[in-house]
Amino acid sequence: MSLKAFHIVFIGTSALLASGFAVWLINGFAAGGNALQLLAGISSAIAASGLVVYGIRFMRKLKHVSML
Amino acid sequence: MNIPYTSTARPDTGLYNAKLGIWLFLASEVMLFGALFSTYILLRVNAVSWPHGYEILNVPLATLNTVVLISSSVTMVMAWASLMMKKFDKYKMYMGLTILLALVFLVVKYFEYSAKFEHHLYPSTNTFLAIYFTVTALHGLHIIGGVIVNAYLWGPGSKMWKTDPQRFTNRVEVAGLYWHFVDLVWIFLFPVLYLL
Repeated sequence: MSLKAFHIVFIGTSALLASGFAVWLINGFAAGGNALQLLAGISSAIAASGLVVYGIRFMRKLKHVSML
Repeated sequence: MNIPYTSTARPDTGLYNAKLGIWLFLASEVMLFGALFSTYILLRVNAVSWPHGYEILNVPLATLNTVVLISSSVTMVMAWASLMMKKFDKYKMYMGLTILLALVFLVVKYFEYSAKFEHHLYPSTNTFLAIYFTVTALHGLHIIGGVIVNAYLWGPGSKMWKTDPQRFTNRVEVAGLYWHFVDLVWIFLFPVLYLL
């Protein structure tokens, strides 16, 4: 597996983490947490989307590089 | 005597020597961290009570460190991509940024550890802290190892770019694979230790 392929796996896992973290923070807010938790949760969800967009753009830009 | 496949890939495997070597090494690292994760799970499921990580640990600092490590993986891959595009100056910049971000991670970790010790929270305090310090310290040692390798490739090791650019690019790719592995371990450590 090349660095390109491993980077895609890494970004995908990071996007999953950011999504899970967003859910964790928003649940904390719903259970009586403060507004900062909600703000952090929304930021984390945006970060997850950003990582997905970055991952797709990265794949397109390095499409000539082998996955092996 | 010339060692074959240091720069070009072996036709049957499609891999050059260093890439095969780093994946064998990373397989052993998976076993090491896998054993520690298994230890954590077994200790936790068999414990009468287990503290939530977020009640003891500093989640905002760990979140900052997560952002720092994800950013460092991006700069690492940019460093490698710069070499493939024959842009050595950009490589130096991105590799320098990767090293800087790794140092930021270690400084934040130092503050996190210091706060724990100030509150008299040590590995001997309870099982949770024992596994927390063991796993994060081992991960920290891997970060230090990565910084040493990356600093070499940024400084004296970069002379190889003039004599054998393909082999140097391969070296940076291999260092990048190691760096991504270390960062991926943190991506698993963060939710397991801090959030659950």
